[in-house]
Amino acid sequence: MSINVLFFARYAEAVGFDSLEMEGDFATVDTVRLALAADPEFAVLNEPSLMCARNEELCSLDEPLVDGDEVAFFPPVTGG
Amino acid sequence: MAIRVQAEAFDPGAEVNAMHAANVGVGAVVSFVGYVRDFNDGREVSGMFLEHYPGMTEKALTQIATEAEQRWPLLKLEVLHRIGVLEPGEPIVFVAAASAHRQAAFDACAFVMDYLKTRAPFWKKENTPEGPRWVEGRGSDHAAADRWK
Repeated sequence: MSINVLFFARYAEAVGFDSLEMEGDFATVDTVRLALAADPEFAVLNEPSLMCARNEELCSLDEPLVDGDEVAFFPPVTGG
Repeated sequence: MAIRVQAEAFDPGAEVNAMHAANVGVGAVVSFVGYVRDFNDGREVSGMFLEHYPGMTEKALTQIATEAEQRWPLLKLEVLHRIGVLEPGEPIVFVAAASAHRQAAFDACAFVMDYLKTRAPFWKKENTPEGPRWVEGRGSDHAAADRWK
């Protein structure tokens, strides 16, 4: 399956880019996160305050994925 | 409801007036305006950049506004949030609720702001004398949102 992964704000700066395409079997959002976080370059994804979204909706890390999904990781939001 | 995400400045007074124009059934309008401050967390702030998640931003704001309309008898609800470069003193966010009686408008306005603070994908990056820095999320925002559960 193919998953489009997005990073925003401080996370995008930390990893050095704002999107990447991942190929493989990813049961949940957390499977994607763990696959990335194994690389020190993505250490920011281990922050306990991390927020995530699937297809432009906030979700929890155990959210299931299907082929073609868009997953986003970002720090706590600070609008308003 | 009206949801607007825009780089352009806006006039909060004109927005408030438009809330009851052409609807004499409106007995109450409650509005909130958030402004960029020139000082935050111990540092002078000379301006900021508002990043967001295009697509999700509009969806999240629409969901929050829809929930408010389901909970309170509103006649009109507007949510306006700016993105991009902002200067101190500029309005950054506007929420207004119109209803027949005041309590629904007060509550809906507070609810939308509390949820926006914790669920809408915006991130502030401030310019300070020590350089740019990302604003950190506040635990008190989550406590404020939790009171509506």
